[in-house]
Amino acid sequence: MRYSGWKVITQGLLGNAGWTRAWRDPAPKAEYDAIVIGGGGHGLATAYYLAKNHGLTNVAVLEKGYLGSGNIGRNTTIVRANYFLPGNSEFYSHSLKLWEKLEGELNYNVMHSQRGHIILFHSDGQRDAAARRGNAIVNQGDDAELLSVAQLKEMMPYLDYEQSRFPIYGGLIQRRAGTARHDAVAWGYARAADALGVDLIQNCEVTGIDIEGGRVTGVQTTRGAIRAKKVGMVVAGRSSQVAAMAGMRLPIESHVLQAFVTEGLKPVIDNVVSYGMGHFYISQSDKGGLVFGGDIDMYASYAARGNLPMVEHVMEAGMTLMPMLARARVLRSWGGIMDMTPDGSPIIDKTHIDGFFVDAGWNYGGFKAAPASGWCMAHLMATGTSHEVARRFRLDRFRTGHVLDEEGTGSQHNLH
Amino acid sequence: MRLPRKGLIDRTKPISFRFDGASYAGFQGDTLASALLANDVRLVGRSFKYHRPRGLLTAGPEEPNALVEVKDAGSQTPNTRATVQEIYEGLEANSQNRWPSLRWDLLSVNDLAAPFLGAGFYYKTFMWPRAFWESLYEPLIRRAAGLGRLLPRHESATYEKAFAFCDLLVIGSGPAGLMAALTAARAGADVIVAEQDSRMGGRLLSHDGQINGTLAADWVKATYKELRSLPNVRLMTRTTVIGAYDQGTYGALERVGLHLPAQPDLPRECFWRIVAGQAIMATGALERPIAFADNDRPGIMLASAAQTYLNRYGVTPGTRVTIYANNDNARTVARQLIADGVKVAAILDSRPDASSLEDCPVFLGARITGTRGRRALSRIAVHQGGNDFQIETDCLLMSGGWNPLVNLACHQNARPEWREDIAAFVPRPGMVPGLHAAGSANGAFSTLACLSEGRAAAQAALAALGRTAPAPDLPEAEDDPFRVTPVWQVPGRGRAWLDFANDVTVKDVKLAAQEGFTSVEHMKRYTTQGMAPDQGKNSNVAALAVLADATGRGIAETGTTTFRPPFTPVSIGALGAGGQGLGFAPQRFLTSDQASRDRGAPMVEAGLWYRPSYFPKPGETTWRHACDREVLMVRSSVGVADVSTLGKIDIQGRDAARFLDFVYTNTFSTLPVGRVRYGLMLREDGFVMDDGTTARLGEDHYLMTTTTAAAGQVMRHLDFIHQAYCADWQVRFISVTEAWAQFAVAGPLSKMLLNSVLDTRLGDFPFMSCGDVQVEGVAARLFRISFSGEEGYEIAVPTAYGEALFRDLLSRAETLGGGAYGMEALNVMRIEKGFITHAEIHGRVTAFDIGMAKMVSAKKDCIGKAASQRPGLTRPAREQLVGLRPLTDTAIGAGAHLFNPGDRVHRETDQGYVTSVCWSPTLGSWLALAFLQNGRARHGQRVRLVDHLRKTDVLCEVTDPVFLDPEGAKLRA
Amino acid sequence: MRLTCPLCGPRDRREFYYSGSEDYLNRPAADAPAEAWDDMLHLRVNPAGVTRDLWYHETGCGSWLVVTRNTVTHEILATERVADRKGGAA
Repeated sequence: MRYSGWKVITQGLLGNAGWTRAWRDPAPKAEYDAIVIGGGGHGLATAYYLAKNHGLTNVAVLEKGYLGSGNIGRNTTIVRANYFLPGNSEFYSHSLKLWEKLEGELNYNVMHSQRGHIILFHSDGQRDAAARRGNAIVNQGDDAELLSVAQLKEMMPYLDYEQSRFPIYGGLIQRRAGTARHDAVAWGYARAADALGVDLIQNCEVTGIDIEGGRVTGVQTTRGAIRAKKVGMVVAGRSSQVAAMAGMRLPIESHVLQAFVTEGLKPVIDNVVSYGMGHFYISQSDKGGLVFGGDIDMYASYAARGNLPMVEHVMEAGMTLMPMLARARVLRSWGGIMDMTPDGSPIIDKTHIDGFFVDAGWNYGGFKAAPASGWCMAHLMATGTSHEVARRFRLDRFRTGHVLDEEGTGSQHNLH
Repeated sequence: MRLPRKGLIDRTKPISFRFDGASYAGFQGDTLASALLANDVRLVGRSFKYHRPRGLLTAGPEEPNALVEVKDAGSQTPNTRATVQEIYEGLEANSQNRWPSLRWDLLSVNDLAAPFLGAGFYYKTFMWPRAFWESLYEPLIRRAAGLGRLLPRHESATYEKAFAFCDLLVIGSGPAGLMAALTAARAGADVIVAEQDSRMGGRLLSHDGQINGTLAADWVKATYKELRSLPNVRLMTRTTVIGAYDQGTYGALERVGLHLPAQPDLPRECFWRIVAGQAIMATGALERPIAFADNDRPGIMLASAAQTYLNRYGVTPGTRVTIYANNDNARTVARQLIADGVKVAAILDSRPDASSLEDCPVFLGARITGTRGRRALSRIAVHQGGNDFQIETDCLLMSGGWNPLVNLACHQNARPEWREDIAAFVPRPGMVPGLHAAGSANGAFSTLACLSEGRAAAQAALAALGRTAPAPDLPEAEDDPFRVTPVWQVPGRGRAWLDFANDVTVKDVKLAAQEGFTSVEHMKRYTTQGMAPDQGKNSNVAALAVLADATGRGIAETGTTTFRPPFTPVSIGALGAGGQGLGFAPQRFLTSDQASRDRGAPMVEAGLWYRPSYFPKPGETTWRHACDREVLMVRSSVGVADVSTLGKIDIQGRDAARFLDFVYTNTFSTLPVGRVRYGLMLREDGFVMDDGTTARLGEDHYLMTTTTAAAGQVMRHLDFIHQAYCADWQVRFISVTEAWAQFAVAGPLSKMLLNSVLDTRLGDFPFMSCGDVQVEGVAARLFRISFSGEEGYEIAVPTAYGEALFRDLLSRAETLGGGAYGMEALNVMRIEKGFITHAEIHGRVTAFDIGMAKMVSAKKDCIGKAASQRPGLTRPAREQLVGLRPLTDTAIGAGAHLFNPGDRVHRETDQGYVTSVCWSPTLGSWLALAFLQNGRARHGQRVRLVDHLRKTDVLCEVTDPVFLDPEGAKLRA
Repeated sequence: MRLTCPLCGPRDRREFYYSGSEDYLNRPAADAPAEAWDDMLHLRVNPAGVTRDLWYHETGCGSWLVVTRNTVTHEILATERVADRKGGAA
């Protein structure tokens, strides 16, 4: 069924009785050409592009819970392509280009909104670092501009420019960056993949990876064994557990990242804003809630819930940056499980097991990466070679020292 | 309408307030909601999506409809629950999310378009033409969405945070909570009772029932009196426990000044972190609405809310009341209304077999099929036994059963269990370690059962705390059984609301199921049910019951969505208390701070310290004027700068030398006593962590300096290396950063200046030596080191003497033609000398990159050595530190990227980037430090410096990073 | 969240700095193969369950601690000082 405004009107007149399922609910078949473990944003995108770009439609996505139950539905919805290092730069650039066409591609309104993303800086040194990053972005072909305090005041009069502990020196804006409706991304990819013939199988937990003679042959699940010569794991938050089923240890430590939304408010924050002296970033959803977050809780955790010290740090940063927030109330908080790698960059790579591929380690930048991650993982699974924009996301780069450490904080997983 | 002689309000204290511009009167003890109801104001809000007229549904913080903006001096608070806001003299509140007025709201046209605005409609449309999403559709949606207005103004009120500790935290002060508190308090435990309401008592304040033969409210009063008299009990009213965190930590929000006119010395709210050995969740239960057609009109409210308005505030919610219930509980409200002389038009009980004893028409097995009344309820349509009829009524009280408030127990991800007999989710034991559920929060609905469970929970908590105590006697109270027959959706045409706050109806949930959003999480996210300010407290269970029905699964199988903190919404002001303005981070001040400010120096932040940027002289109009002068001053006479911010770590012990050899890439065991050496420190992953000088003060005594930014990190690093890898070595160290004030004295006249303050003239004191000296009898340390390239010293005195020495040095320097220099000049001089800072050692840089590969000693192991030899860290094509000089006199900026002349400017051809830039008054040129691929082999070549952001594009010559005095003749002078 | 420092007693999480798995304690010999260093610095079992990791009582006594705890429930099972552990010294 094709969605359109016309359809909404005709269905409305007919009592909305004609809307059909967004995706089928198939039973797993005994064998597929390829299996994607994980029905989150990246897994669903992988399945979609396997079918769309590579004609592989005999594909199953195995999801232990419900589609989109991972980090695709637990984030702060920010989409940007403002990385510094070669390796990251071209990948996120590719992703942003996919975002810009996603509604039409999926026939699903993911509410991608290029509201502009501003990183504030608070010293001359930070300004230089912002310029270095901004120039790298422009070199890649994306957009970045430095904003003066006067320009910022025009855009965001509510920031505390003078009294704050760390006065604002300026900002780096990417105007093509913005936000999207997170759940809709999962649903849009799911619906589009399903339409191309991909089986989306929910409540189907993978319990084992079948390997014979160094080759993957299929998976064991709570709904029986399923054979496939190609298996991709796209299970951010559970990567270490699934990899362990294949006898692998990954360079990943799991951490919880909290995020917050306030009660609905009339439009007040137009852009995405990131504070430069503490972890705090905020935007306002179309529904009116202020959506914001900060740093991970900083200790390994699978609990999908956080503790007060980071909650308070985030709120304190909010208060020093935009004191108007005092009167807004936090409605909900949530926690996602992040695959933290020793350099803060992800992994999309094959493994020593033939036919077994890994897409993991998104730290807390996974949401914006979903389209390109799916695109590149599909490319890898279909062709056996890394896609050009993801060729540095190698599994062995830590051993060899070819790390992609944007923040320069070194091989401590939680510092990225 | 206010009834005579009833309630817990103080009728001797009338209070006037305003709502939507009109003036009303209430009494001390009223909430805005009760006072409006007393004034017969029924229409209090508009719904989120369809802008339907709405009245009060509840009498508590879970209120979905009556959200208002409350004004105070210069500001306003959006989304304030009228049911929580206590009135005070001059309170001014306005309705929100309506235009132009509450009575006439233009966007109520949405209600007519409802067939097109069902669950998830926006995912299916607004996609064509593509450009219209951001230019037209989205702005319209944004403008229509949202509730109250957050004013874009800086907060001027204050908030606080605090810690509290106790043996037992009792959450809620209804019968279960009070009984638990009493039991634990009498046993001598430290008890905190947190009650969200302005007074203790919980549901007992809404009852007219009896405990021990007296009014329940009197038992509350007596119990409260006893608890208040005990020194081991802390009673916290207006305090909502909002989250259950790890190891017995609870978050709680206290409303301190919100019930009073704004006062400057009173915080609005205080956020508490309560650390409790054990806790009791006696949070009560919430009544459920019933989903029938048009069940959202003003005048339709929960029966329990009416009971609260009646008993606590002496207000009747209507003059001709109807009750619609599926349980016995609501029937007591009817009896009470009748006893108070309020006309009860009818009781409609969905159960065919219920009793009909009340003195009014009772219809068993009845259901409501529709309601009428645009801005207030006027009549309802009823179906019973094959008959359809109408009842004129201005107030309909509904009761669909009760939901225990299990939220806190679920905050650590455990799920509650479904109890079929009471048609509700209840907590399971042990969901949160140390948290015991009691009373109606635990599914026990009679007063006696609540009292009994409260006592039992306290005994269990005391046992867990290792205390034993006799249990107090249970008071006498009603123990009526709770009988309920679920009614999740009433058959009939029209929309039946589940989530009043987000305008989610039964149809929306069914549509979600129809489209395959059958997981409860999918349904929630697709319909937005439960995501409004009431967090689904009024709708979660009913919505999932409708979903269960639509999917043919049971409720238990369908399960709940996750309950997450906060229990009720919390202001960012309270959670972020202390962060506003300067409070976000500590401020560190140098001993010379005032002296620098006295000289007009602008202070800039550096690693929490404030350091002088430059010292302007009369006539200097820009920082560059001052900076250039200061540089030339140092290079020609003498300058003084406070460098106390550098980290200083005092290291002592027999194995101190060995330890330093292990943490530094180079060797310190060979450093003679009285000498200083530059050291390079790696992280264990092989990248440069920090650099600095370390002085050997004695055979077993070193003083390490770190950069300002990395002082804490280095201390942590040393502690780890010592404790993890060589705990048996005889070495101890401590940070002495704050113990010493240290000043750089640099320039050709530096020795002359020093000699004028030292008690004994300096003898032979070569470059990189250190020693003890005396200043006016004060023991001081002197280091001959230089960050400027000139002959330079750093003199350190105990902090107490810092300011005096700084002022003295400055005045003496000024007589020599010298003076103070700031961070800007310091930075220029270090760039001229090619010295690196954290602009260069930014975390991705190796010893090889900065040309110090030889400093990684081949003769010994050190932290980071092995990893620094990984192929990725040693490939020759890595970017290497170089100097750059523009070929033309063009201003350049750090952050520019480098390209080979003639290459296309693109990421793929990027050759490196600029880290530091200055105008060198010494050399009369712009200078830069940069990282350039294979840079050391390219000295003398040209690169193109491109800065898109600042519109610079200039050719530069690649040079050695040391621009000035590469042989160091001046240093050693 | 609260941790019990063996020297200072139960303290709020705010007093501690976390660095990661106890794998960091297993420093290979200087000439160990790259794989050994990879194990120490990067690769992790990363259990969903009981783990042992390193915390620094930064605003307390300065002790590095090995904390045995559950990553799913956040239950703390044991804390000991790194310097006190058996065979801890190099």
